[in-house]
Amino acid sequence: MPQPAAIPIAVVPSVPLLALDTVWFQVAGTLCNLSCNHCFITCGPTNRRHEMMSRAEMRPYLDEALALGVRDFYFTGGEPFLNRELLPILEDALAIAPSTVLTNATLIHAAQAARLRALEKESRYSLEMRVSLDGLDPASNDALRGEGSFAEALAGLRELSKAGFDPIVTVARSWRDADDTAMRARFHDTLRDVGLVRPRVKVLPMFRVGREAVRTHGYGARERLTLEDVEGFDMRKLQCSTSRMVTSRGVYVCPILIDSDDARLGPTLSDSLRSFPLAHGACHTCWATGATCRN
Amino acid sequence: MEPIAVFGGPYGNHLALRAVLEDAVRRGAAAIYCLGDLGGFGPRPGAMTPLLDEYKVVTVAGNYDRALAERIPDCGCGYTHPKDNEYARIAYAYTDARSSDRDRAWMGRLPESLRLDRGGRRYLLCHGSPRQTNEFLWDSASSDAFLERLARDAEADQVLCTHTGLHWQRELHAGVRIVNVGAIGRPANDGSPVAWYAWFAGDRHDAQFVPVAYDVEAVAAEMDAEGLPPEFGATIRTGWWTTCLEILPAKERARGRW
Repeated sequence: MPQPAAIPIAVVPSVPLLALDTVWFQVAGTLCNLSCNHCFITCGPTNRRHEMMSRAEMRPYLDEALALGVRDFYFTGGEPFLNRELLPILEDALAIAPSTVLTNATLIHAAQAARLRALEKESRYSLEMRVSLDGLDPASNDALRGEGSFAEALAGLRELSKAGFDPIVTVARSWRDADDTAMRARFHDTLRDVGLVRPRVKVLPMFRVGREAVRTHGYGARERLTLEDVEGFDMRKLQCSTSRMVTSRGVYVCPILIDSDDARLGPTLSDSLRSFPLAHGACHTCWATGATCRN
Repeated sequence: MEPIAVFGGPYGNHLALRAVLEDAVRRGAAAIYCLGDLGGFGPRPGAMTPLLDEYKVVTVAGNYDRALAERIPDCGCGYTHPKDNEYARIAYAYTDARSSDRDRAWMGRLPESLRLDRGGRRYLLCHGSPRQTNEFLWDSASSDAFLERLARDAEADQVLCTHTGLHWQRELHAGVRIVNVGAIGRPANDGSPVAWYAWFAGDRHDAQFVPVAYDVEAVAAEMDAEGLPPEFGATIRTGWWTTCLEILPAKERARGRW
């Protein structure tokens, strides 16, 4: 749902767009075969707030990104593999820049993994596969991501691995910060057991918006950035200083805030090349944790 | 146009540095350039500046040199994964403890980048990228469009950089060329335990990447004796990276053994 800024814009620090290095695509809109109860944009089988994007719809954005000197692309959703044109879209993208697909892996079968691998081999650029998993066993994972999703994600991971990918497994932190090292080690063990030779784990903080705000609680009024907070802060650490997110509704400042109307910067990438007020609770999370949605 | 030799990251590997310098002189280099990161990983950070001075090497600052000069507690390599940072911290603490005030002052005087006019082309020599000392320019993770933008913004026809430790080059539209000269202190994760540097022949702007053999066993034994992680010595001996691997993009990662 749209979230109004909690404090007047005049005292809110702004992040400049230093360069457009990374362009994200909400390629599956907010449509997903899962309905994770910590999803920060409340994706699910019936959420059409952001629609699936077609190959034809993507083309002008890819061309615009190319002209603006883009470094890399990211594709997310929703679940990107629900988009029947995903592979042709990736083919178009990989002709321009390295790309990463964020998936829950539950829909990836052997033939598809092989086709992805062929696409990657044909390109001079890397294609990274990033798979979300939120627990070490069905009980802990499925509590967040839905019944049966652990087994299905592991099957997808196995197919990716067999096809020659080294997927990055993304985990939303559902434990204390101090347990990071131990939890990473446990995830590595689990993934090795699945057959991943060189597992990689990326830990992301929870963003308390969307369904996660319902599951736990939203941001408090104090969880907003002030001018004092960002004094001397290196803005390059915030992904919004170098990236933008394209959805069927236009260009947004980042992947987290696509449910916020004030985060929509315009219909085209060129319209979005301006500063953004860091007025959201999620902005506080990125600043405080150093989180980036990039690999 | 005179021939030049350009190398990156000696990383305290004194035998690799000496071997590369001798090779460049033997080939008749009119000038030798180092793109920074004198210390880290290898066993003799204190041996770097005397060798660079002896061979009149023109050096630009790497993130390591900047961090040591300014006594910053972190190497500023720019790794994002905790496993990479764990090893980076060990290497930095080791190097920091063995860096003299004289060396720190020497590093503090290094420029962030250098510009040359070579045969009518504008060369820019930097550590990571023209815009950021610790930016990684990997072959498979840098689009043509992005590299062209970097070169255009830097008003350069030819960008020479390092930081990733892997050498590659690409000619872009309009004759712009990017050359990552790699690093000599650590092998190129290809199973050959050698030091790679970039040679630009007198009549050419494209780089010839030159592998130089040196006594890897002697360096690895020194590293072991110094108490550096055995993984570091294994990299020197085998030519395969064992640490700081998580940062590698998919294609570069797939080529390695670990």
